[in-house]
Amino acid sequence: MSSRLINWFKFSSPATFYPLAGKLIPWFTGIAVVLIAIGLYMSFFVAPTDYKQGEGYRIIFVHVPTAWMSMFIYLVMALWSGLGLVFNTRISAMMANALAPTGAMFTFLALWTGAFWGKPMWGAWWVWDARLTSELILLFLYIGFMALQGAIEDTRRADRAGAILALVGVVNIPIIYYSVTWWNTLHQGASVSVSKGSSMGETMLVTMLIMVLGFWSYAIAVSLARVRSLILERERDSTWVSELSEVRR
Amino acid sequence: MFESFLVVVRRDLTLAMRRRSDVFSTLFFFVIVVSLFPLGIGPELNTLRLIAPGVVWVAALLASMLALERLFATDFDDGTLEQMLLAPQPMFIMVLAKVTAHWLVTGVPLVLMAPLLGLQYDLNTEALGVLLVSLLLGTPALSLIGAIGAALTIGLRGGGVLVSLLVLPLCIPVLIFGAGAVEANISGLGEQGHLSMMGAILVISLLLAPLATTAALRVSAE
Repeated sequence: MSSRLINWFKFSSPATFYPLAGKLIPWFTGIAVVLIAIGLYMSFFVAPTDYKQGEGYRIIFVHVPTAWMSMFIYLVMALWSGLGLVFNTRISAMMANALAPTGAMFTFLALWTGAFWGKPMWGAWWVWDARLTSELILLFLYIGFMALQGAIEDTRRADRAGAILALVGVVNIPIIYYSVTWWNTLHQGASVSVSKGSSMGETMLVTMLIMVLGFWSYAIAVSLARVRSLILERERDSTWVSELSEVRR
Repeated sequence: MFESFLVVVRRDLTLAMRRRSDVFSTLFFFVIVVSLFPLGIGPELNTLRLIAPGVVWVAALLASMLALERLFATDFDDGTLEQMLLAPQPMFIMVLAKVTAHWLVTGVPLVLMAPLLGLQYDLNTEALGVLLVSLLLGTPALSLIGAIGAALTIGLRGGGVLVSLLVLPLCIPVLIFGAGAVEANISGLGEQGHLSMMGAILVISLLLAPLATTAALRVSAE
């Protein structure tokens, strides 16, 4: 137990994490490319046509995974923020920092694909459904996090302020979600239901899981690459950075 | 502990009374925003009655954002904030006192002014009462949640806009239940559930928001 703990802390130093991230990135990039390619092939050619929604439903294979990712990434971001505040490790804050743009991108993609799906199915680009609204608010939370990070010049203060904001957001997300749900049901009833029940076919489920895993690998690869850039930027005055082969060149 | 709470509240109130224009600018911002909507939408009383709760609540939300900037800024500039952080009394109490004073100065005038603005929108007496109660429960929660944002952005360039960006998404539940209570009353559904939720939100933010604000102040004043 204790040896594991020490192992984990070993990589909380930028000097040891930087090469590790460098080694991991090609792997995750490869996995992401392969899985997303398989997932896209299956979603276009293998998955059967839905008897109710026709071919239009196929966007679900991008829409649902991006929506899941957008929420997961916020939770992971808050986790790193909490770790950063508790253990005062520099890498944690950088991870939270690096995850935010990816999370915001997935949130935007979820909204965008949702609009494309909504137009043929419901006849509207946007409805004030509870899930759509809370996803939009999630996008605002990401933007607020990034705006705060961008506004503070002192990196230490930016990290800690961002961490507090992320944690406050995490406490708020369930409250926002339930209040929006209740607001919607009180107003107009379930005129539009996003949930299609659990009647999803097995192929569809497998395809979706493959896409989720592919997006996970993509998110990991991209945020690791971003962390590496952040490390180089912040540690540029240290000796180990100046000894790196790619910096010396 | 309670004494230090009272001292800070009294001090902040005195300071606010010395500069009354700040108080009035927030109040008049609220009045003007609410009065602009009929000009933009048209004087149809049926439409106005429908949008009144939302308009009053959104205006209250914006007005309280406007006032947030000053919550900690002056204390930070003259070093009072650092002394408060160093003081033996818990910072939780200090933050609570500052927020209370801030609410008394900016929130209460809004609450008192709201029924008058509701009359412009042809709300009936009962709905006006619910509006008053919902604002009375909601504006302290807005001040408490807003204090977190204010504490995070002390001394930053463009802090005012940034505060709104950070805090407005977090205030959405208050807006939903505040405006919802009045609407539920008008449509005859009963406002009880909404008001209970507002009370719950107020209690939760009373317990948690000062903690987050304290942490944020320690980060910002470092």
